Amino acid sequence: MSKLIPNAAKFFAGSTITKTAAPVVTTSTSKYSTKSEATFEIKPYKLHKLEKGPATSATLTSEDALKIYEKLAVLRRIETASGNLYKEKIIRGFCHLYSGQEAVAVGMRAAMRDVDTVITAYRCHGWTHLMGVSVLGVLSELTGRRTGCSRGKGGSMHLYGRNFYGGNGIVGAQAPLGAGVALAHKYRGDGGVTFTLYGDGAANQGQLFEAYNMAKLWDLPCVFVCENNGYGMGTSVDRSSASTDYYSRGDYVPGIWVDGMDVIATREATRYAIDYCTSGKGPLVMEMETYRYSGHSMSDPGTSYRTRDEVQEVRQTRDPITSFKEKIISRELVTPDQLKEIDTKVRKEVDEATKQAKTEPEVGTEELSGDVYYNNLEPYIRGLHPDAPLQHCEVVARN
Amino acid sequence: MALKSTPVVFGLMTRLSRRSFSTSKALASKPMTVRDALNQALDEEMARDERVFLLGEEVAQYDGAYKVSRGLWKKYGDKRVIDTPITEAGFAGIAVGAAFAGLRPICEFMTFNFSMQAIDHVINSAAKTFYMSAGTVPVPIVFRGPNGAASGVAAQHSQCFGAWYSHCPGLKVLMPYSSEDAKGLLKAAIRDPDPVVVLEDEIMYGVQFPMSDEALSNDFVIPIGKAKIERPGQHITLVCAGKATDTALQAANELAGNGIECEVINLRSLRPLDFETIAQSVAKTHHLVTVEQGWPQSGIGAEICARVMESPAFFELDAPAWRVTGADVPMPYARGLEALALPRPADVAAAARAVLGNRISQAAQQ
Repeated sequence: MSKLIPNAAKFFAGSTITKTAAPVVTTSTSKYSTKSEATFEIKPYKLHKLEKGPATSATLTSEDALKIYEKLAVLRRIETASGNLYKEKIIRGFCHLYSGQEAVAVGMRAAMRDVDTVITAYRCHGWTHLMGVSVLGVLSELTGRRTGCSRGKGGSMHLYGRNFYGGNGIVGAQAPLGAGVALAHKYRGDGGVTFTLYGDGAANQGQLFEAYNMAKLWDLPCVFVCENNGYGMGTSVDRSSASTDYYSRGDYVPGIWVDGMDVIATREATRYAIDYCTSGKGPLVMEMETYRYSGHSMSDPGTSYRTRDEVQEVRQTRDPITSFKEKIISRELVTPDQLKEIDTKVRKEVDEATKQAKTEPEVGTEELSGDVYYNNLEPYIRGLHPDAPLQHCEVVARN
Repeated sequence: MALKSTPVVFGLMTRLSRRSFSTSKALASKPMTVRDALNQALDEEMARDERVFLLGEEVAQYDGAYKVSRGLWKKYGDKRVIDTPITEAGFAGIAVGAAFAGLRPICEFMTFNFSMQAIDHVINSAAKTFYMSAGTVPVPIVFRGPNGAASGVAAQHSQCFGAWYSHCPGLKVLMPYSSEDAKGLLKAAIRDPDPVVVLEDEIMYGVQFPMSDEALSNDFVIPIGKAKIERPGQHITLVCAGKATDTALQAANELAGNGIECEVINLRSLRPLDFETIAQSVAKTHHLVTVEQGWPQSGIGAEICARVMESPAFFELDAPAWRVTGADVPMPYARGLEALALPRPADVAAAARAVLGNRISQAAQQ
């Protein structure tokens, strides 16, 4: 039965659906769906100082559905692997998992163009992969090995990639940095938009409001994306924020509230945001309401400030992957088999990367003093005492 | 104990060694203020590289709070000379972000006292990113503005950040003294691919120095990390930077009248620190005094003394090295107290005499 699409499965399982009521049965022997596209309704957006919001329905092709599903699955899998590596004490220090929030990044990335740029906070494993770094590049950075995208020198909060400026360990610091990247887009006139992501915790940082102000003053093409997962560490939004309508907290910066658990909604909202920013109207705030399943970081069991039931309920009713899966299967864009194939492929890819991330060596000790400066002018870098000087080395090629 | 110095016969030196106060080879050239030299550096580098832009409080329409950017907004327009609101963390972060993305921002702090609002972006965002990204995200940015004590502005506006910023790997930290320094170092900073902090001095902005023909050229760049011997001498080494160089030179002038010849080393660059030049000088003079305006603890002088201790230069010393620093107090407002909180030429001269008088051979005889 596993190779049958759902309606046909029901039919063969003794459903009362007749042949005529289930025309799809004609393809019952096929692994693949027949519908090439379907249109989905999106939970209404909330708008702040905007007359018209993003489209409230969106069409998804079968191909898009598969691509999106694969990205959602790989992000979830990376975090499962990360959690395990942390428990095995192979990942050190901090490790902040993105599980539960995948629809935000995956939907946004699906709408982004090649020229667009991203900066986010420390919950950045998924974003790094979506911006082009391999699973191995991410996982072996977390394990601190030479195949890591920062050669093991950055760790879990300091991942970078093309058009991706981190990964930032300082809550809220990425807000003006992102506005600066947007300034560079405008300065060059390249038509790019910067997505600057921060959490509901960082939403109370003063420098975010400084960034809003200058971004609006100078009409920078910057989308401030508040990933509201309900908790800044262990402090719920109600206990941290005098207003929890994060989409409206840019005041003079228009904003949109988006269901961040719906990847179709986040994709549509991002398309809208790109149109908005590239038309020269300046910045936008997008609040993505989402949820994180794990604690703030691996050292937080995440149960003292919320109940296990709460987490379970979100998993069962709002999970971004399960809900997307149900949608695309029920609309016959994909078959369960196709998704299983993806699951298998993703599991294999992440398992292999995990294995390699454990076995790769760290970089050589000479890289302790590598790339401190682009153009080093010190005769030597001081080590621990005067008789232990280090030589600066240029690991990456200079222009 | 290695005592390599020849006893200084001060009396014989008197008058013979008296020399005029000069800082440049090209005395014939037209003098220029430090302010104008900085302005020229900004102008030339903006003309040279389209990616270079200036942002900060009052840099554009007001022509700069201290007029360093005078005329640049009129010449380069809103795109490249950007007035920011009073929001240091925000605009410093924006400047660093623009540098991430390949522009070459010059971020002016109206004074470095306000850079503390933004120090996270100087340290965590600018200095560390190249290393954290394993060399994939260079941060070519300049943070500049007046540093240290101005006059009569009290504790919150009178602080030297030389020690603070030069503490941090990943940054280069420059402290110009003269007009040539100002122009050549700022141009070098703008062209440098790493984050550079340029600590200027408000009191020096209006001071004129001769500019050599070479320094007037568009291509005049002073290499970062090289100190300048402002005045050669054989009896004692005075190491200083920025405005303290003026103090040290005046002290040297005074001491020359007593037959004491000071070698005055203007560091120009606090990081990298040109210890080689210091060590060579100490090998010649066997005596060392450091002069700075900042606080003593963990300061520039403390660093220099530590490096001497850790190197063969230690054996060249005939007496303990001394630091002349700002007093270890927040800056008071009252004129009389303020004067006592900063090193004056007489303080440096007194320290030099004490160090020379404290020679270890004499101490051992007591």
